[in-house]
Amino acid sequence: MPQSADAIKDYATLFQEPEYQAMLDAKRAQMECGHDAETVAETLAWTKGWEYREKNFARKAAVINPAKACQPLGAVFAAAGFADTLSFVHGSQGCTAYYRSHLARHFKEPAAAVSSSMTEDAAVFGGLSNMVDGLANAYALYHPKMIAVSTTCMAEVIGDDLQAFIAGAKEKGSVPADFDVPFAHTPAFHGSHTTGYDNMMQGILSHFWKDRDRQPNGSLNIIPGFDGHCVGNIREVCRLLDLMGVDYTVLGDASDVYDTPSDGQYRMYAGGTSIEATKAALHAKATISMQGACTTKTLALCREHGQETAELAYPLGVEATDDFLLKVSALTGTPIPSALTLERGRLVDAMTDSQAHLHRKTYAVVGDPDFVTGMTRFLLEIGAEPVHLLATNGSKAWAAALQSLLDASPFGSKATIWPGKDLWHLRSLLCTEPTDFLIGNSYGKFLERDTGVPLIRLTFPIFDRHHHHRFPTWGYQGGLSVLVKLLDKAFDVLDAATGDLGSTDLAFDLTR
Amino acid sequence: MPRLRQIAFYGKGGIGKSTTSQNALAALAELDQRILIVGCDPKADSTRLILNAKAQQTVLHLAAEAGSVEDLELEDVLRAGFKGIKCVESGGPEPGVGCAGRGVITAINFLQENGAYEDIDYVSYDVLGDVVCGGFAMPIRENKAEEIYIVMSGEMMALYACNNISRGILKYATTGTVRLGGLICNSRMTDQEWELADAMAKKLSTKLIYFVPRDNIVQHAELRRQTVLQYAPDSQQAQEYRNLAKAIHDNAGQGVIPTPVSMDELEDMLMEFGIIKSDEERLKELEAKEAASRAVADAAATAGRVPAGALAAA
Repeated sequence: MPQSADAIKDYATLFQEPEYQAMLDAKRAQMECGHDAETVAETLAWTKGWEYREKNFARKAAVINPAKACQPLGAVFAAAGFADTLSFVHGSQGCTAYYRSHLARHFKEPAAAVSSSMTEDAAVFGGLSNMVDGLANAYALYHPKMIAVSTTCMAEVIGDDLQAFIAGAKEKGSVPADFDVPFAHTPAFHGSHTTGYDNMMQGILSHFWKDRDRQPNGSLNIIPGFDGHCVGNIREVCRLLDLMGVDYTVLGDASDVYDTPSDGQYRMYAGGTSIEATKAALHAKATISMQGACTTKTLALCREHGQETAELAYPLGVEATDDFLLKVSALTGTPIPSALTLERGRLVDAMTDSQAHLHRKTYAVVGDPDFVTGMTRFLLEIGAEPVHLLATNGSKAWAAALQSLLDASPFGSKATIWPGKDLWHLRSLLCTEPTDFLIGNSYGKFLERDTGVPLIRLTFPIFDRHHHHRFPTWGYQGGLSVLVKLLDKAFDVLDAATGDLGSTDLAFDLTR
Repeated sequence: MPRLRQIAFYGKGGIGKSTTSQNALAALAELDQRILIVGCDPKADSTRLILNAKAQQTVLHLAAEAGSVEDLELEDVLRAGFKGIKCVESGGPEPGVGCAGRGVITAINFLQENGAYEDIDYVSYDVLGDVVCGGFAMPIRENKAEEIYIVMSGEMMALYACNNISRGILKYATTGTVRLGGLICNSRMTDQEWELADAMAKKLSTKLIYFVPRDNIVQHAELRRQTVLQYAPDSQQAQEYRNLAKAIHDNAGQGVIPTPVSMDELEDMLMEFGIIKSDEERLKELEAKEAASRAVADAAATAGRVPAGALAAA
């Protein structure tokens, strides 16, 4: 056997050993009844052509590899931004394990959430007793200050009523009557994780703001939205606002819970927006959403309570950061400090230094609607050309807004926006109209392998590269960090293309 | 702006629930009330008399065509009928497949999210047969219907259903704001029907809101896909529906938490009114019947042949 205790081979290379290769060949020959290599190669080539692309885009009855996740994932993420809050998912256990693993694989941190563990009998009789027992157990075992309840498909299909169930569970003494149990119905078959984020955020705010009088003050609320870079981004936003010297509350601050230190103490809860701060946020002058498509209902709630609202779309780059700071300045009457003007100048300088290497480079971008909009805006700023812009959970309204952004730039003319399309559509696009680069998440690595278009990982989930979420993508600093990632990839590609000894290496330059 | 009133009509299938509700709502529209009817029945026949047309395009039907509910616009599903009453049908799957209850939830969420409840005085939910699953309880959740009207008549099954629906309401009333608005008796001309309906209402701690007498003019109007209010506005029956509408209108905030009774108690009441008989009575009748058929058989045997029908009777 190729494996021995003295020199253990890593699994990455283990299965390339002759013994395993022989075994896999035998399995293929005897069990898989596959086509010969020539037919496979021919078919693969056909799937990369225009004929297949047209068939692929005529597809109606199936979605292949959607670039979105389901509502409860967003709800669990939203709840994680509140202090000492336990996510309680009413429904099946497997679903809850998925949200936990998805978040843990991205943030490389434990992600706590409990489920009401509904099984077949609960599907028949309704999940009330699961709610009663579940709340009691979660309260007793994990000592949260708040339990945020969301739902999986199972509870939604049978129509479990969270409001009535939670009230019923309180009557039965599962948790004290005055214990905070905000909730949101999050049917996974409707919308996406960004809808779930919106529903949970609205659920939590309406729970704490309901039937209370608002006494307006000058403070601002910041709602970050669903963001895989929340650790770096929220800290960056706080830094900017602290420099401005304004009063603010981040509603849903998950930057600490997804970045806990290793000091010997396990923190199930860390940081986050406190209940007191959430209650007090009712009195704020205005609420700014950093990702408008994540907060439609939440901002509507803020307006109902008399607050002003503003929405951004993933503030990445110079102009988008300007918009954010100018908005804060206009709402609070605070001038933008010179320290930030300097930072802005440094980012502009960096973009100018490297401009020659990104000018007219073409990009495909896939992700949530806000991310695609923010990323596109930055690409236009640096003189790159977005070509394929795809968001499975993007709406027609989103596409229209993004189109006007493209129309306003000389670099936007090559772009087509694809709302509602999936990664298999994107594969066809990249095969028939390849771009220089692809910007997306880890799932893009299969497209990169299939189409040869180099992938830059910039949005959730990033499973196969570590710690990117600890660095910001928002603000001038975030713009700088994204710029470096774009450049690194561009230089890697350039070095590879000029790297052949004696043939292409005339341009294999030390200085770029 | 007056507060939005949300009501719901429940009742046994075939009791005349949709007919009664549409006539009452047509009469409410005459009182200048702006009304939205939400049909929560996969058969989509809760708005036929208002729209003067057969089952319209439903939310779920259109959603299936468009790909998903998210692709729908409110204008696609809302239709205005008699006196500007807005109508929408949730629709749902064919009998025997899928999940109709989820259809009701999807449709109601869609309507609320898209602002269908703005500039409306009344939202009325018309719900099929019985509260069979969580989906059909959607209209009685928090922030939905505050008053439930149960349409019934003086028949055993209608009264069973009436009691069952009250149990559903009770479940939600203790944790929410839903209340039983009252019973509406849609007369079937059975014996002592008013007394029975009134007794049932008292058992449930509610009241008989109105007793709608039977009149063939309802069927005549229905054949023309119209409410009586539209077909024969000057008829006595139209006036009856106006009275019912007034009773509902004046009943705002008068709902109660129902007190459904046990099966035994319900059966005792039905026996009292002669709707069902006690076991002893039934046994006595059976014996008498058997004795009679034996006598016939004996007589036939004596005559040397079996008369047609004798065995069947035994």
